[in-house]
Amino acid sequence: MDMLASLLPAGIAVHAPALIVVIPLIMAAVAAFMPKGLWAWGVTLVTAIAVAVLSLNILGQVSTGGVISYAMGGWLPPAGIELRVDMLNVPLLLLVGIVGLLCVIYALPSVADEIAKKQQALFYSAFLVCFAGLLGVTITGDAFNVFVFLEISSISTYTIIAMGAGKDRRALTASYNYLVLGTIGATFFVIGVGFLYMATGTLNIADMAAVLEQNGHDRVTQAAFAFIVVGLGLKAAMFPLHVWLPNAYAFAPNFVTAFLASTATKVAFYALIRFVFSVFHPEVNFVAMSFTWLFAVVGVVAMMVASMQAVFQTDARRLLAYSSVAQVGYMMLGLGMGTAAGLSASMLHLMNHALMKGALFMALGAFALNFGVRRVKDLAGLGQTMPASSAAFTVASLSLVGVPLTVGFTSKWYLVTAALERGWWWAVAALMISSLLALAYVARLLSAIWMETPPAGKAGIAPARRLAPWMVLAPMSLLAFANIYFFFHADPLVGLARAAANAVMGGN
Amino acid sequence: MWTPELSLALALAIPAIGGVAVALLGKYPNLREGATLVSAVLLALNVAYLVEIAPGHPVLELATLAPGLHLVFRLEPLGALFAAVASGLWIVNSLYSIGYMRGNNEKNQTRFYVCFCIAIGAAMGVALSGNLLTMFLFYEVLTLSTYPLVTHKGDANAKRGGKIYLSILLGTSIGLLLPAVIATHFLAGSTDFVAGGLLAVNEVTPAIAGVLLVLFAFGIGKAALMPVHPWLPNAMVAPTPVSALLHAVAVVKAGVFAMLKVGTYIFGPALIAATPTSDALAWIAGVSIVLSSVVAMTKDNLKARLAFSTVSQLSYVTLGVMLASPLAMLGGALQIVMHAWGKITLFMSAGAIYTATKKTEISQMAGLGRYMPWLFIAYTVGALSIIGLPPLGGTWPKLFLMQGAWESGHGLLIVALVASSILNVAYLLPLSARGFFSAPEEAKLKKTPPMLVILPPVITAAGVLVLFFLIGPLRDYLAPVFLSSSLAAEAAL
Amino acid sequence: MLEIILERFSYIPIIILMMTGLYVVIATGNLVKRLVGLSLFQTSVFLLYITMGKVFGGQPPIIAGDAHGGDAGHGADAAAGYGAEAAAGHAAETAHHVAEIAYSNPLPHVLILTAIVVGVATLAVGLALVVRIREAYGTIEDDALNAADYSLETGSAE
Repeated sequence: MDMLASLLPAGIAVHAPALIVVIPLIMAAVAAFMPKGLWAWGVTLVTAIAVAVLSLNILGQVSTGGVISYAMGGWLPPAGIELRVDMLNVPLLLLVGIVGLLCVIYALPSVADEIAKKQQALFYSAFLVCFAGLLGVTITGDAFNVFVFLEISSISTYTIIAMGAGKDRRALTASYNYLVLGTIGATFFVIGVGFLYMATGTLNIADMAAVLEQNGHDRVTQAAFAFIVVGLGLKAAMFPLHVWLPNAYAFAPNFVTAFLASTATKVAFYALIRFVFSVFHPEVNFVAMSFTWLFAVVGVVAMMVASMQAVFQTDARRLLAYSSVAQVGYMMLGLGMGTAAGLSASMLHLMNHALMKGALFMALGAFALNFGVRRVKDLAGLGQTMPASSAAFTVASLSLVGVPLTVGFTSKWYLVTAALERGWWWAVAALMISSLLALAYVARLLSAIWMETPPAGKAGIAPARRLAPWMVLAPMSLLAFANIYFFFHADPLVGLARAAANAVMGGN
Repeated sequence: MWTPELSLALALAIPAIGGVAVALLGKYPNLREGATLVSAVLLALNVAYLVEIAPGHPVLELATLAPGLHLVFRLEPLGALFAAVASGLWIVNSLYSIGYMRGNNEKNQTRFYVCFCIAIGAAMGVALSGNLLTMFLFYEVLTLSTYPLVTHKGDANAKRGGKIYLSILLGTSIGLLLPAVIATHFLAGSTDFVAGGLLAVNEVTPAIAGVLLVLFAFGIGKAALMPVHPWLPNAMVAPTPVSALLHAVAVVKAGVFAMLKVGTYIFGPALIAATPTSDALAWIAGVSIVLSSVVAMTKDNLKARLAFSTVSQLSYVTLGVMLASPLAMLGGALQIVMHAWGKITLFMSAGAIYTATKKTEISQMAGLGRYMPWLFIAYTVGALSIIGLPPLGGTWPKLFLMQGAWESGHGLLIVALVASSILNVAYLLPLSARGFFSAPEEAKLKKTPPMLVILPPVITAAGVLVLFFLIGPLRDYLAPVFLSSSLAAEAAL
Repeated sequence: MLEIILERFSYIPIIILMMTGLYVVIATGNLVKRLVGLSLFQTSVFLLYITMGKVFGGQPPIIAGDAHGGDAGHGADAAAGYGAEAAAGHAAETAHHVAEIAYSNPLPHVLILTAIVVGVATLAVGLALVVRIREAYGTIEDDALNAADYSLETGSAE
């Protein structure tokens, strides 16, 4: 950790929290003016590397020196905008930074295939804006600022999803529907923040919590809670506010899907945790009620219904998108337990799920890149024609089911333990049934890939083996490998998740 | 130099290295099969050493996943015995596989041998595991690694069988076994196998233990307790060497072995006896024994008949565990050994008949004994052992089980055991009779079976005979496990 | 009861606008009209923020005749701190100076400036999407779009 903390010179390290947001924003403008897609990609790559390094550095700083509070522009909180990093958001920064970097490496061949040459520079620019927005949501300590960054990332997300229209025009309608719902969600959130401001007279998250603790929670606060939960729940694809997600993931460019699936909903989920636990206190009556009767129930229903829907999808990416909704359900369930163990299980699953879904969507992207396939039945025989990508896909999908030797198992272990600790046997049953449903939909994908024969080509001969470009293969294999590696070395992730839960629950 | 720890690690490493070697030598069939045989022999030697040192309980820590979650090997007599059976029969079966796979010109032989190595490695992992978590892990690896073997033929039938195989085994293990494992961890703070029973030592109430017992009994799908048995008959679409070693020895025995180990080291006999569900489970096992024997009689396909016979015989072990008396559990443990040798003989005979004649139905096999006398003698010896006639190994487990049933006050279950033996006679021996005494349909065999498919069943049949006389040492080797564990459990309660 | 409602009269038009906007979003099948509804919905929230900043009898938060303290930016910030009853250290100097006069709270107005920008950007992206949808499908009616996609799905399934 000391090594990470001293990764950067002190002069830069002090400003790392600001730089991690500002660099991508500025670079977005730079990328927009690049004459060629390749150059814009270069800019994006440099930015992503910088962000990854900064996030590692911040991890080092936080774990050695405790909470970082950075006063933006020298205006001290609570009046000024504060960037605040503690153990809860550091895993998210790390996740966005590192998975973002892997996705950017993956992007070059994928984007070259899917986006028109003229638009590539603008595409990368929009991506960087989205990247900055996500990092901003994660790092800011100011409630209104959360809204602003949330919208920065969302608006750019709408555009990059719509760019999938080159392959399938349904990307446009998917993006439009996301825009309408996303805006409603954001507006709900901002209403909630407004009420909180009325009740507390401050926008600083830490300050809000302090004032609320002093003044107690009146009805305005309760209204604020409801609005914020709905708003952020929509962004985090909390069942039944997830309807925008399947189409958006199914028709966006592959790189975008891989990136969003492993980061965007996670960041919104983080914001939800931040508000529910840090601003409103988990021991306050209405919050505690919402755990059992809202988050846990919604989580369980999502685990069942969305998994069931996933089983019957014909489009491979839509299938995994429904699976994502179900996995968000796991996290909601963990949150709904309202205990430190539940929250840390939920955080652990958040990170692990990013590893799985990143690899899965990248592999689907690789299939699409080489053979243009997107439906489940078109995956037939890819085990023979693209063995490496198929292997990575297989590892990640077994992880999704929770088979041992993969991180999915670790997630499930901690979730079940937390449920037992809470005495929620029904939640254990729900987790297991949902795992079996996951097995069912994963089996459809895997049996198509490995058990079917590849369709004969035009001349009647089976298509030859085709290796995906190394820039696709490398990040995908790395993520797949991480799925196994972090099973054997669960300590770092479990440690991060525990620390995150303790940071907001105040335990140790 | 040659430490117990090294030996434990080698039990896992030899099959793994063997698998890699086989994969690398895929282009040279002779070298490839050589690699398989060498690994089999080395593994057997290594396990022989392990059997010797088992009473010392050496421990090998494989990995720490997270605080409180360890992958550990801890040797004890039961595991050593299971490892010995699996690795010993691997040698015989490797010889047989070579004859069978070449004799039938099977495709993808390299994949076959690689998966075989992994499956044996996983069986070793189950055998040596020191806690439930480790056992669960290797149990799943065993399921996944045998899936390509089951679907080896690749046709629609094989895929259908493979689907049922995988969905039942993974479904039960994830849906029932995993929660049971995690609940054990939650209740007891660890999943270690402890003499006297982890749950008993931690004073878990019999009611909760009863729920867990049900989860374990059905969650360990490989033990094929009815109604989670259908995977086993469906797995018979696999080539015969797979059915022989895996679905008569490694996989199914891993299941009942896990059951036995859970019964001995997680619950402890006293706690099992105290649970409200153990009686019901004992009866379910009894019903499984009789019912699947009856089903076996209706099957004309030889492998299907043997498969249902296996379902029946496996429930003997589960029955032994549920009876929870030292004698019954000893009977269960012996059944693992004796049934393995007997059943592999039968399966290898079935495969040899198929290689020679391409016949799979019993009704077509009239008079074949005249062309393959040694094979049919071996088959008959194996069948008699399964039935439980002296002087063959299969006698002992039945005897101990009956005594155990009497001892624990379940005299009525003896009827089930006797009925099953009679049914065994009725469905196993007709083939011998038909083979020797009916007139053959054809004047001669289509093709002379290779030596390598005839010899292995003869060897194992001889083994069955020898095992009858080895009962003394075997009992002395195993008895302390059950006696001490029941004593310790009684002390704890 | 009446008193309670009258005290909060400013919320009534806001709620009406908000519900109208939301209803339009849900009810209309026309993509452009849906954006209109969305804008209405957002605007009502702007109003909500603006009304919350009003202090009865308060003056516009402009400090006139500034002789010895800071520039306009500092002044506004100090007032914001005052409104929030949490004056920051560096603004304390001007805070005591303005403490006698009641000012309206300018912070919500500032926030809403940002929110307006966000709203405009959303609207722009939304309209751009509608244009592209119109180019791709030849219609901006929801029903027709669904029908077109459905035929696409069944068409490609052959």
